[in-house]
Amino acid sequence: MSSATEVDNSIYYVPERGWYPVFLAFGLMVLVTGLGSWLNETRAGEAGSWTQSLIGLAITSFVLYCWFAKVISENAQGMNNAMLNRSYVWGMGWFIFSEVMFFAAFFGALFYVRALVVPWMGGEGDKGLTGTYLWPEFEAVWPVISNPDPALFTNPGNTMAPPSTPSAWATYLPFLNTVILLSSSVTVHFAHTAIKQENRTKLIGWLGFTVLLGIVFLGLQVAEYIVAYRDMGLTLGSGIYGSTFFLLTGFHGFHVTMGTFILLVQLFRALKGHFSHKDCFGFEAASWYWHFVDVVWVGLFIFVYVL
Amino acid sequence: MSEVIHADHHDDHDHGPEKGLLRWLYTTNHKDIGTLYLWFSFAMFLVGGVLALVIRAELFQPGLQFVEPEFFNQMTTNHGLIMVFGAIMPAFVGLANWLIPMQVGAPDMALPRMNNLSFWILPFAFGMMISTLFMEGGGPNFGWTFYAPLSTTYAPDSVTYFIFAVHLMGASSIMGSINIIATILNMRAPGMTLMKMPLFVWTWLITAYLLIAVMPVLAGAVTMMLFDIHFNTSFFNAAGGGDPVMFQHIFWFFGHPEVYIMILPAFGIVSHIIATFARKPLFGYSSMVYAVASIAFLSFIVWAHHMFTVGMPLAGQLFFMYSTMLIAVPTGVKVFNWIATMWRGSMTFETPMLFAIAFVVLFTMGGFSGLMLAITPVDYQYHDTYFVVAHFHYVLVPGALFSIIAAVYFWIPKWTGKMYNESLGKLHFWLSFIGVNITFFPQHFSGLAGMPRRIPDYALQFADFNMLSSIGAFIFGFSQLVFLYVLIHTIRSGKPAEGRAWEGAKGLEWTLPSPAPYHSFTHPPKVTDAEVQG
Repeated sequence: MSSATEVDNSIYYVPERGWYPVFLAFGLMVLVTGLGSWLNETRAGEAGSWTQSLIGLAITSFVLYCWFAKVISENAQGMNNAMLNRSYVWGMGWFIFSEVMFFAAFFGALFYVRALVVPWMGGEGDKGLTGTYLWPEFEAVWPVISNPDPALFTNPGNTMAPPSTPSAWATYLPFLNTVILLSSSVTVHFAHTAIKQENRTKLIGWLGFTVLLGIVFLGLQVAEYIVAYRDMGLTLGSGIYGSTFFLLTGFHGFHVTMGTFILLVQLFRALKGHFSHKDCFGFEAASWYWHFVDVVWVGLFIFVYVL
Repeated sequence: MSEVIHADHHDDHDHGPEKGLLRWLYTTNHKDIGTLYLWFSFAMFLVGGVLALVIRAELFQPGLQFVEPEFFNQMTTNHGLIMVFGAIMPAFVGLANWLIPMQVGAPDMALPRMNNLSFWILPFAFGMMISTLFMEGGGPNFGWTFYAPLSTTYAPDSVTYFIFAVHLMGASSIMGSINIIATILNMRAPGMTLMKMPLFVWTWLITAYLLIAVMPVLAGAVTMMLFDIHFNTSFFNAAGGGDPVMFQHIFWFFGHPEVYIMILPAFGIVSHIIATFARKPLFGYSSMVYAVASIAFLSFIVWAHHMFTVGMPLAGQLFFMYSTMLIAVPTGVKVFNWIATMWRGSMTFETPMLFAIAFVVLFTMGGFSGLMLAITPVDYQYHDTYFVVAHFHYVLVPGALFSIIAAVYFWIPKWTGKMYNESLGKLHFWLSFIGVNITFFPQHFSGLAGMPRRIPDYALQFADFNMLSSIGAFIFGFSQLVFLYVLIHTIRSGKPAEGRAWEGAKGLEWTLPSPAPYHSFTHPPKVTDAEVQG
């Protein structure tokens, strides 16, 4: 912060006008209106069309590709100074904070439901009367395996709770995923060290391995969802346990997908010879993002799976 | 950095804006983007105002005159949403864009392209939201707070588009805030230490943190709604183990910081204007900064005072009551400091000062009715009545909105290089001041007497107050056309303004010529004590 005194900000790079932002905004609008009409059509029982969403996604992706390519080439031409690079650091840092708050909303919902709603509906305390009156059968246990109104929300057949014997944890999928994701945070750190040592082979190796771990993690998550839907009867519609489980792990999985993709882009950049020990913010931002999804997973593992 | 690039770069700075429409679509200039934000918010202000006048026309007399109750609900909902997200917030972001780089001595915002994206998302998002009014089944009709299950189980189909519009607005706000934080923390001119920053910059820095912290929570809330509606989850449905009250908790965890997002930058603006026209240094600069920071902190732990009657444990009610009342302390510090700044100043009463003084008086009234609402047992009577409507309109209209109008009058000489017409400005002020009080003051009484909000018809006993309120609303609404005329008149044929347009004005922006050059500070300015507020 205080180093503003050391840097000459007369050479701060203000980019020329560009077409990216307004087209990105347009692409986003095409995407979300497409998604909106698809959702409303399927809800009305019609066969919804994906076309508009895909067009929107294509526009968005194309603009983002051009935009990032432009930023990378400007940096390669030496237009960025230390001050602009610090702006990027602030920007990425606070973007990750906003993501933390997005997950906080879902964790907050989980805690509120577990600590207050379910006990109240089970008849506890002053507020218990409503539950007793509406659904006298309802038992306050977490995970909720028997919903207040099973006719509206089918009960989950089973939960994701961990095995009771410690030895069985070796085959407990969320535990394996924890190991995988935690390891990937270490490998991405090794890749960072490799950049600092200007060792490109090592960088490509560790970064590639990290991407691989990300893909394996996602594969196992998909497998878990298939088991949940097909064998366990645990779906989005199976009450508050299914709702919190799928939205928390689902949004995390979405972020891992994004993170893996971002790391993959960094891998391609590394293969093209980008990054030096002084200039590797693209990689660093991607790795911060990766550490962030890792930390969220630890929270998920503890509060969604184990406890 | 090579010499060639250096030279190129200076070429960038030497030429002015491009011509034509593409200038506005493709711009990366903070002043252009600020102008876009300000005109957009003014357009939304007029749209939201028309919806308000539909409401007031319907409520002019008891009985159903003009609109169906269903349509009335869409009017209250969209009036609130448009004014909050479309008028007040973008106006403050527009002011931030125009002023922060000039006030901290920076060449532009830290991330200029993202700045343009933050703006251009908004017309698309609001186009989408307003278009829902013309869809089958109508637009959002569940109140601007969109409580579940009204907004889930019983919502019109268009709610899906509303949800995505909120997502887009949230993304725009988050990017805007990141940009503001990076600009303030990274791009201050040498010597512009944190405790020398102008208060508008300080208040926006804190506001930006609030936005980054709560807009994602709002995104989470609408995402849960989306899944409840389309994918059969049960976050807000007790039959599946969820809880509609949980929606209110999540919403107000966003919503209370949100109402401070709409007032903290106003505090900054008013501090500038009062010090200028009292021709005195701002009284208690550092206490102003700490007060804003405390208000921002407290805003995270008071949310449930919006929902005392919904059912929560007694301990919760007590906690939220006392924490809410605590906010009166830093707010009192601020009001005290503004008055102390004026004390024995050589005051003059140009239009910005009139709006600023009206802000202090009327915002304080809104604050006091807020204290009344904070008292849990009393809130049981006031909840969901016109008393609440009167309260939050007092803090938002003569509060937030007056500060924005004051800011426009105060800085328009800097923006356009021209001075507005003082007589017209004063006319605008007095019409607005009288209009706003006739509109909202009687609502305190109808609310205390028990008139519920968001209802198109009412008992005969409320007729007089409502008629008064509607007359005031039309006076206030149409007097904003005077404002529009003043703006156009200033831009087209205002008298040339000096660099330091106001005698007592301090700050780096006043060291620039008027209008400010397209690129403000290509070289970092020297920060002298004469230009520092603290």
